[in-house]
Amino acid sequence: MSELRFTNQHEWVRIEGDEATVGITKYAAEQLGDVVFVELPEAGKKLARDAEAAVVESVKAASEVYAPLSGEIVAANAALSDDPAKVNADPEGEGWFFRIKLADKAETEGLMTADQYTEFVKGL
Amino acid sequence: MRYLPLTPADRAQMLAKIGVPDIDALFAGVPKEAIVSRAKFDLPDTQSEMDVERAMARMASRNVTAGSVPFFCGAGAYRHHVPASVDHLIQRSEFLTSYTPYQPEIAQGTLQYLYEFQTQVALLTGMEVANASMYDGSTATAEAVLMAQRLTRRPKAILSGGLHPHYAQTIENLAALQGTVTRAPVTPGSAEDIAALIDDQTACVVVQSPDVFGLIRNLRPVAEAAHAKGALLIAVVTEVVSLGLLEPPGTQGADIVAAEGQSIGNGLNFGGPYVGLFATREKYLRQMPGRLSGETVDAEGRRGYVLTLSTREQHIRREKATSNICTNSGLCCLAFTIHLSLLGEEGFTRLARLNHARASALADRLAAIPGVDLVTPSFFNEFTVRLPQPAAAVVDQLANWGILAGVPASRLLPRDEAAENLLIVAVTETVTDDDCADLAAALKKVLA
Amino acid sequence: MNNQGRPTAVAGMAETAPATISGDRGLDHEEGLIFELGRDGMTGVDLPQTQVSESRLGGQRRKGAIGLPGLSEPEVVRHYVRLSRMNYAIDSGLYPLGSCTMKHNPRLNEKMARLPGFADIHPLQPQKTVQGALALISELMRWLTTLTGMHSVAMSPKAGAHGELCGLLAIRAAMEARGEDRKRILVPESAHGTNPATAALAGFTVEEVPATSGGHVDADALEAKLGPDVAAIMLTNPNTCGLFEPRVLEMANAVRKAGAYFYCDGANFNAIAGRVRPGDLGVDAMHINLHKTFSTPHGGGGPGAGPVVFSKALAPFAPLPLLIHDDAGFRYIENREDLETGSPFGRMCAFHGQMGMFVRALAYMLSHGADGVRQASEDAVLSANYILASLKDVMSAPFPGPCMHEALFDDSFLDGTGVTTLDFAKAMIDEGYHPMTMYFPLVVHGAMLIEPTESESKESLDRFIHVLRVLAGEAKAGNRARFDGAPRFAPRRRLDETRAARKPILRWTQKTPVADAAE
Repeated sequence: MSELRFTNQHEWVRIEGDEATVGITKYAAEQLGDVVFVELPEAGKKLARDAEAAVVESVKAASEVYAPLSGEIVAANAALSDDPAKVNADPEGEGWFFRIKLADKAETEGLMTADQYTEFVKGL
Repeated sequence: MRYLPLTPADRAQMLAKIGVPDIDALFAGVPKEAIVSRAKFDLPDTQSEMDVERAMARMASRNVTAGSVPFFCGAGAYRHHVPASVDHLIQRSEFLTSYTPYQPEIAQGTLQYLYEFQTQVALLTGMEVANASMYDGSTATAEAVLMAQRLTRRPKAILSGGLHPHYAQTIENLAALQGTVTRAPVTPGSAEDIAALIDDQTACVVVQSPDVFGLIRNLRPVAEAAHAKGALLIAVVTEVVSLGLLEPPGTQGADIVAAEGQSIGNGLNFGGPYVGLFATREKYLRQMPGRLSGETVDAEGRRGYVLTLSTREQHIRREKATSNICTNSGLCCLAFTIHLSLLGEEGFTRLARLNHARASALADRLAAIPGVDLVTPSFFNEFTVRLPQPAAAVVDQLANWGILAGVPASRLLPRDEAAENLLIVAVTETVTDDDCADLAAALKKVLA
Repeated sequence: MNNQGRPTAVAGMAETAPATISGDRGLDHEEGLIFELGRDGMTGVDLPQTQVSESRLGGQRRKGAIGLPGLSEPEVVRHYVRLSRMNYAIDSGLYPLGSCTMKHNPRLNEKMARLPGFADIHPLQPQKTVQGALALISELMRWLTTLTGMHSVAMSPKAGAHGELCGLLAIRAAMEARGEDRKRILVPESAHGTNPATAALAGFTVEEVPATSGGHVDADALEAKLGPDVAAIMLTNPNTCGLFEPRVLEMANAVRKAGAYFYCDGANFNAIAGRVRPGDLGVDAMHINLHKTFSTPHGGGGPGAGPVVFSKALAPFAPLPLLIHDDAGFRYIENREDLETGSPFGRMCAFHGQMGMFVRALAYMLSHGADGVRQASEDAVLSANYILASLKDVMSAPFPGPCMHEALFDDSFLDGTGVTTLDFAKAMIDEGYHPMTMYFPLVVHGAMLIEPTESESKESLDRFIHVLRVLAGEAKAGNRARFDGAPRFAPRRRLDETRAARKPILRWTQKTPVADAAE
């Protein structure tokens, strides 16, 4: 299993071949509070990098989740519709949001490593 | 001034605590040129309660009240009898002078009646979920159109010709910004062929039943035609008492129901405040505008209610909210809820039957007058008759004789030849046999 | 001895009470839902049985039952009285919700609104039979335009947000009349959520203007953002931090020069009514929340009313209906076809607006008079500053003041205490107060916005200040007992909002689920 990469919008990305799995970071899940609803993109949807891909809601906040990389959605985590609490319980595992087929692998260069992201969060 | 508790001595002490010499110092942030002197306002000074009462009673006395004459006006606002306990209860301080229930621990009264209101609206309309009210029926309908445009991602709204023209204008005002609005032709007394207008760009079809002329519409074929093209049916009800006798829109295939709830619990009030009812299917919940009260438990496990799904709303979602609505019609929904609770199943259905029977009797009576034709073959408590001359002038003449005979269709559809001679007549439980006899006699006389 | 006494001393009474048999506690009654009460066939309204023929129902007669419960009048009255007792209200205590203006609601207003001459008239009865109602609306319009120094006023908007929409649609129409298609609206980040929501609804894109460290709108940033595609700015003044915008005239000028309009959110007009006229500030349109500034009751969340005052430039685009006064008396022009001048953008709602609220607001204005309105604004500002001055040493005020009608604090005084703004607010409930507005405006952390209004006596303010000072002191001393788990003395403890949102239950249903009638 490849290691995680991160964005400054608090998404994590796991790249496997020409696909990437995307979710929100543990830090983001804690900031939001109890997640009560997740709106996911439909498979087949084409997204440019930084386009709105999903929405995650807690009781008092709603936040957009952006596509960290350009590509086409191949799957969304339907389990979150029934049990959005998974995002809090296991944000970087079972709480994944969607998988995207990458349009341009070069875009992955701009993502942060785990250490870089930890530093980034410290600075907030 | 009787509403201001601070004394001059209090004010001086408070200024001293703040550490400023006078009140002007607190307005120091205001540009000098923007401060106006007292003299600039050509308005009267403070008055006693008695003086205000006298001045306002004088204005009130210059109006002809519905309760003082034979009264037959409807067309979107109906005069029903509201039990005395309704007005007493809504004036309890704890209901009247509380804010939106943002602190649920000390607002269970409001949250619970909103939950009861949502349940009542869902039951009446035959829908799965309802919100905690909109401003009125017209704005609820406009919001329903926006919701349909969001849900279908299609631009076009088709409005039945029988939709109240004020509602149509309210929709055009709002929905035209997000798409297009097409009005079907006005066909008093019959249903237009609205199915023919639906295409693959149609977000919704908006049909009112009973329509503005009083005609009861069959929503089923419209729902089928809309659904066949992927569009939604928005059903509009302006006289909510009709739901005590008629099939609810929910069982006829409506996707959203927008209604005016004024008839239950709320007076005529010259047009407002009223209460908009809004109900839909559970699957569309996330796109529904307005507040929602939901059941939960407190820290001790006791049942309680909170405002919920607030992330749809403006105070969290800002420009991405489902609506900009904030203040709704809280106290008017309370009046609705209490009145409907008093009526119950038995009272509400009796009320509806009584209304229809009264209207039916008057329709027969008026149609017997030479030159008067009943235009609406079916109706609930409001019907339309065609007179042999322009209805506005007839209504005007009857008003001189102390009878408010109804609403001339031309008031809503000006310069429309087909509407010119049409009179829309509403008959509720408040109308007596004598009132009906007076109207029939006066109409006969004016047409003779 | 033929009379028997009874014990009257309280000594020796049990310290802790056992749980009650009924579940009620003295005056605190638990109350089920109306649907759990009553019985079939009962009704609280006496109506005759009537036979109905099917012939005129178009084949649409209802087949199934509705499912409403049946109750007698005393049962319904008791139910709603019990519910009412679970609510906090202005009439029962200080209600310092910032930005909401919970001032005293005079009962004269209620009495006047219920005069049959106002309450029992139909919006579409002949206009000659409602001349008194139209005269009242006209008089209220005179008050509103005079106090604001504006040219005209549209009365139909039904609440503040509806008024915002009305203002922006007039601006849109004015732009169209000029042949321009401007798309952007500038909204400060401290704005009420309704502002960006309304701008989006009216078809504009929203751009945020940052705040300065002093809590004002950054006028330089605003000017830099102005351009040929900006339609308007939406500015709240006094702003949501409780401050008057010192550079408002400059901003208004810049907006005018850029060919845009100045929309003012009038939610905070109660701070300046009688002292400052928005018309003198270069405002083109502003809604007035009659339920804030002019004391019409909030009613648990409405109804309100949001008339919009317009400058001369925007006046021609005001919506229908238009009230005219000529030799024949007052007259509403309800349809475009009857227009002589003007190009109204359309219609906001059916009929003519919130008449019931108009009557209440005018009763309030006539009672106060222009001098009283001014005094009310001054007392509101004085009271807010008194609170700010009395609390800023123990709580943390992000901006030094003076403030206008509301005092803003942030949560930095709670740093390291483990007590949050929410805990602090809930502890106030146990002390018998409705909490202040929390977490708004968004420009300061853990915001607490206190608006005492002009309706509180000095004794009431002093008592409130004392309670907040002690609470702040205890939080800082690490004594969390009053905060953890608060409130304890309210009808309910904290409610589980997560549960409510994850699995929404939005209506009562029978315990035994019946087959879904809809399918």
